[in-house]
Parts: sequence; structure tokens; C-alpha cells
Amino acid sequence: MSAATPVQQKSVTASKDAPAWTHKDLVGLEDLTAAEITHVLDTASAFKDVGTREIKKVPALRGQTMVNFFVEASTRTRVSFELAAHRLSADVINMTASTSSLTKGETLKDTALNLQALHADIIVLRHSSAGASKFLAERLDASVINAGDGAHEHPTQALLDTFTIREKLGRIEGIHVAIIGDILFSRVARSNIHALLKLGARVTLVGPSTLVPHEFEQMGVKVTHDLDSVLPDADVVNLLRIQHERQRKEYFPSLGEYTSLFGLTKQRAERLKPEALIMHPGPINRGVEIDSELADCSRSVILDQVTNGLAVRMAVLYLCAGTNPKRG
Amino acid sequence: MTTLITNGHIIDPANGIDRVGDVYITDGKIAKIDLEGSARHVEKDETIIDATGLVVTPGLIDLHVHFREPGQSAKETIATGAKAAAAGGFTSVVCMPNTAPSVDSPSVVTWILEKAKAEACVNVFPTGAITKGIAGEELAPIGSMRKAGIVALTDDGHCIQNPEIMRRALEYARMFNLTVMDHCQDYALVGKGVMHEGYWSTVLGLPGWPALGEEIIVSRNAQLAELTGTAIHCQHLSSGGSVRILREARSRGVPISGEICPHHIALTDESIRTYDTNFKMNPPLRTQRDIDLLIEGVADGTITVLASDHAPHCSYEKEVEFDQAPFGILGLETEVGLFLDILMHKKKAISLARFVAMFTIEPARLLGLDRGTLSVGAPADITLLDPDREWTVDKEQSFSRSRNTPFQGWQLKGRAVRTIVGGETVWSS
Repeated sequence: MSAATPVQQKSVTASKDAPAWTHKDLVGLEDLTAAEITHVLDTASAFKDVGTREIKKVPALRGQTMVNFFVEASTRTRVSFELAAHRLSADVINMTASTSSLTKGETLKDTALNLQALHADIIVLRHSSAGASKFLAERLDASVINAGDGAHEHPTQALLDTFTIREKLGRIEGIHVAIIGDILFSRVARSNIHALLKLGARVTLVGPSTLVPHEFEQMGVKVTHDLDSVLPDADVVNLLRIQHERQRKEYFPSLGEYTSLFGLTKQRAERLKPEALIMHPGPINRGVEIDSELADCSRSVILDQVTNGLAVRMAVLYLCAGTNPKRG
Repeated sequence: MTTLITNGHIIDPANGIDRVGDVYITDGKIAKIDLEGSARHVEKDETIIDATGLVVTPGLIDLHVHFREPGQSAKETIATGAKAAAAGGFTSVVCMPNTAPSVDSPSVVTWILEKAKAEACVNVFPTGAITKGIAGEELAPIGSMRKAGIVALTDDGHCIQNPEIMRRALEYARMFNLTVMDHCQDYALVGKGVMHEGYWSTVLGLPGWPALGEEIIVSRNAQLAELTGTAIHCQHLSSGGSVRILREARSRGVPISGEICPHHIALTDESIRTYDTNFKMNPPLRTQRDIDLLIEGVADGTITVLASDHAPHCSYEKEVEFDQAPFGILGLETEVGLFLDILMHKKKAISLARFVAMFTIEPARLLGLDRGTLSVGAPADITLLDPDREWTVDKEQSFSRSRNTPFQGWQLKGRAVRTIVGGETVWSS
């Protein structure tokens, strides 16, 4: 990064012992060290101020092109990345599966090579196949940022969750986070597990036995199917969106039964510590995984997550694109 | 025209031979086995192959390969597949019927046999589909395909889900004395699974293919083989649980058998950490526990056949997202090395003689092929092995049209050094 910006100076001051960021891509948090994750969070802290200024823009990625390549549908993640890129003065192109040649049988590799031939500097990929971002990262000179790959990872979501916890509670180490819902199919859960464990938090996974298999325990987390027993001890409850309509019919009988067993109702929420945070990656199913009033209550940081997501994505784009040695 | 293979260590399990001697070939057939060291009278047109320090075995048979013709010649052809077989030490292969069109009519069988006769340097034995289009619903013309030359039935790549259809197929196949080979996969349990269901599928977020999806069909097959009396051969077994089911059924005399492929004992599901599609095959790589139980099954004779499941795919087909890539890897040129290295050298699970039996007389008897022996009068299909030779896998040297192997750069101990089909050397190192 040649253009020294106020942001860059602040980030350097804020963490002068932080290791240099050496990754051109962000594929997953499993591959990062605790120090690297902390470095992203520190950088995001510096970028968060930008959003509160009158001129909400810095020139850090001026002249660079970011392609939002969303093979799987998404609104909030795509918009968040797009806005983050705009705030960094990058040019942005949006591509979806239906507007790309993937529907004509072109392979992901060929589509990506075509984007590279147009000198795209950053490709933000959302894809239904686990490993898709790693696949592209290994084949392209451009920075590849994983915006969700199948049930594998969604690193920027977990970074913004971690950022929000650190911002509200002052630390990650020793915090007990309960992640509740459809863990088996959740990339958000996997990335959160990696980030939280690396930073010294305790993690408990809660949900139906069909959706929280005990294999997860080998990752270093606790697994339980009794939400009530977990709530008094949790500093954070992170509720995942539950899906039943499309593909989960054999995993649990109905949304009603799910809510009765695993929904965060007002009554259940009384078991929480007073200072416990309620989080949700969105979009919320009001009345299913969370009572509507709770989503809007003072302990809910759901909208803070969205705001912080912007700062975290700015930090990730800035760090990856700024340290990409392959970019011409 | 006589060829003499002299001073090799002859291992012919079918005839109980395991000692140094000379093999005489005349007119493409085995003329004499001399174990007495008799003085030779050298004919003037005699070719002499010095096999000192080498092992002389009946030509190896791989009863599970995909040669992709008709219809998928970008992946492999009968000619290139046969060359790869020869370079791996195989004189005979049994090719699977999941081509395009599938082998579900006598005309396709005839086409393959004619193509093989014209272009293949090894013996190619076709199998026929059990059901039309390998769709698992209606019986294919099994009797007509038998007359055309199939040696076994299989819907490989697919698995008949309806036990009633499988039962009738087995009953019908009995009339023609055909073994039914089955790719054991319960579709409901496996769903869209692309790797072993376990810790690594959980971490990687890839859909799991549970071992139960194989075991439940092996179990069904044991019961159907017992009921119908038709031999069922369970292909490419991957799960330790399948071995246990097979062992129990075989101990009661049920006509059921099983094969394993090298990748299922060489690699575990952890290999998929990199999302490299060269580690994607069906059934999938499983755990170290499964590997141990599969090898135990080989050692105690529960598993009787070794095979490759040679499954070529083009690079551009494999170089895609993991869950969208086709299943399968190359096998013919690496399997002798992998099996010798793992089963004999490292694990000491079997002797060299047993290794040879599992690639010769076992598959020949299972399918009723007139191969796999050095009996006088048999076709002179012979493989020369150097079981201690160390070598490095280099996929760029492969004779296959494809390059999809996870074993690139592996150092192995043991390989074939010469392949003789009908008395003619078709490949030598």
C-alpha cells in the first residue's frame, strides 16, 4: 500500500507489535493464528471511525477493482462488501450466478480466469460448494475473499461477531459463547468456532442432536441439546437462522417444536446473565429462533453486528489487497 | 516359435508352484514348466527372456476398470486403457458397463470386443449392466449379452436400490452362471455425500457419505446371495464394517466375496483437507480404523480380490469445486506398487504368493475366466514382477489419457517389469 492514509497510520499505532499480514486471500479462519485474527480486529477498529465521519471514504484501494462474485444468493453480505469497497475507493462489479457464464456450463475456474484477464484485483466469492474459495485462491493472482463457501467457512461473519463481542465485553479470552441452532450446515458456526477457540473463548454448541453431531467435540467445543442448562453460564448467545422449509425436513419435525426446544423465548432469556449479549447473523426469523421483542431489546447487538461487519470487511479488503505480492 | 523365460521365481498359486524354474511358451500357450533345471536344447528360433531375480506369475487380472468407451473417449479409450494395464503388469482387465451408452445390449458388447481385438494390447473382458441404462429398474437382456461375451453383471457406479429387482436379477443370472458384482451404496443414506461422514467432513463442511451407506447394502447382498445361491461380489469395499459382515456370511458358506482398491488402504479422509479432487472417489476414503480392518480382512482371507477401480477423468472435469467433481482416480499403473508396498512390505499382511493369487486365480475363478494359471495349454499370459524394486510414481509417464491420481511422487517398493500376453511381450520397463 503506497498511499499512506490516516487510517493506516492509526492502525499501525494501535497495534505496533502486531505481526505483518502476509495473506493475499482470506479463505478461512482455521488457517489464521490468534495474532493474525487480532490484527484484523485492530485494523477494523481503526476503520470503524471512517463510517462516522462526514466524508465516509478513504483512498486506500483507489484504482483497484473488486468483483463481488456471488454464485449463491445473498443480500446483506454482498451489500456489506460492496459498501466496504466503496469506502476504500475501490471500483466494484457485482456478478451473480445468473449473470455469469456458469449457467452456460463454464467452469468456475474459467469464469475466474476471465475476471483476472480483466485485471480484477479482489474477488469476493460466495459459493454453495465448500472449498470453492480455496480453489480460486490457489489459481488466481487476485486476492480471494471468502464470503461463504457451502457449510465450510464464512470468515468475515465470524470476524465481525468476534469484533462485536470484544467491543461490548472488552475481551474474548475466557468468554463463554453459546452457538445455537443448525450447526451441521452452518459455515458461520464453523468460522466462529475457529476464531473463538484461537482467541481463548469457551464455546458450547446447542441444537437438535441431528443438527449438532458429536464430531464437533473433537474441534474442542462442548455439545449439548439442553439450552436451558447453558443459558445461565453464557456470556454470549449467538442464534443461527433455522431453516426448515427447504431441506431440513428429516432433521427435526417442525419449526414449532424447534422453538419449544431451542428458541430463545422471553421466558428462557430470564435465565441469561444480565450482561449477556444476544447475537444473530441474520436474517432473523422472528418468533422462531428468537422472540421478536428479544431481537430488539437492549441486550441484542444484532444491528451492531451489521455496522461492525462493514468495518471488518474494510479491514480484510485493505489487508489482503494491500499485501498481495502477485498483483501487478 | 518358442519363448523361454528362464531362471525366474515362478509363483503359480493355481498349481501350487512357488520356486525357481523355466517357463516354455509355444504358439502363444504355456508349453512346459521346468522346475528341475533340466539341460535345455536351444532351438534356433527360440527367444530367451532372462528372469533371474524376478518373479514369474500368471498374467495379472484386474476385474474392475473403466475404459470409458463407447462414448467418453476424452477420458480414456480401450487402446490407452489397455496400454496402462500392460504398464501396470496386467494381461487381462474386466471393464465396467457405465459407458455412454451403457453396456446393456449385445450390440454394445460386440462393439467393445471388436474394438478391443483391433486396438487393445491386453485381454479386455466386458461386463454387462444388470438393468437397462443402469437405472436399477428393468432387467437388461442378460442372456443375449452372455451369448455376446460378457463375463459378469454389474451396475457399477450405481446400485440397484429395490431389493425385489436385485433378487430377481440374481435369480435370473443364475441360469447363465454369471457372477453379479455390486457397487454397494444406499442412496437414501448417502444422499449427496462426497466424502466419508466423520470428523473431517464436519470440519470441512462437505456432505458426508456414511460407512453405513455401504454396509447396509453388503448386508442385504449377503442375505440375497444366501437366498438365491447366485454369487455376489462386493466391489471396492471401503468400510471396516463391511468386512465384518462379509466374514460372517462367508463363514456360513454364503457365495459372497469382496475386493479392495489400493486407495482405500493407502489414504484416509484427512487427505481431503486441501479439497483436492484427486482424493475424491466413490466409495470415499475413510479412517485409519477402516484401513486396519480392510487389511485384516485381506490377511485372514475375507477379502479375496484386489482391484484398481481405474477411473480416468479429464483434468478439466476434475479441476472444479470438490462437491461437483466426478468420483474416481487412475489405478492400473500404481496398484501393484501400492498393494505390494502396503500389504506385503509394510504391513506384512500377506505373502507374495497370496498377493499373486489375489490378482490371478481368485478373480479368474470368481468370473470363470480361462486365465490366471500357468497350466500347460493355458494362454501364455505372464507377468514378471520385481517385488523389491523401488520406484517413484510419475503421472506424466502414464499411458492413460487422464492424469487424475493422488499418488504423484509417491515412492513405492515393488512393481511389474514385463507383461506378456499370448506369448508376446506387450510392455517392459
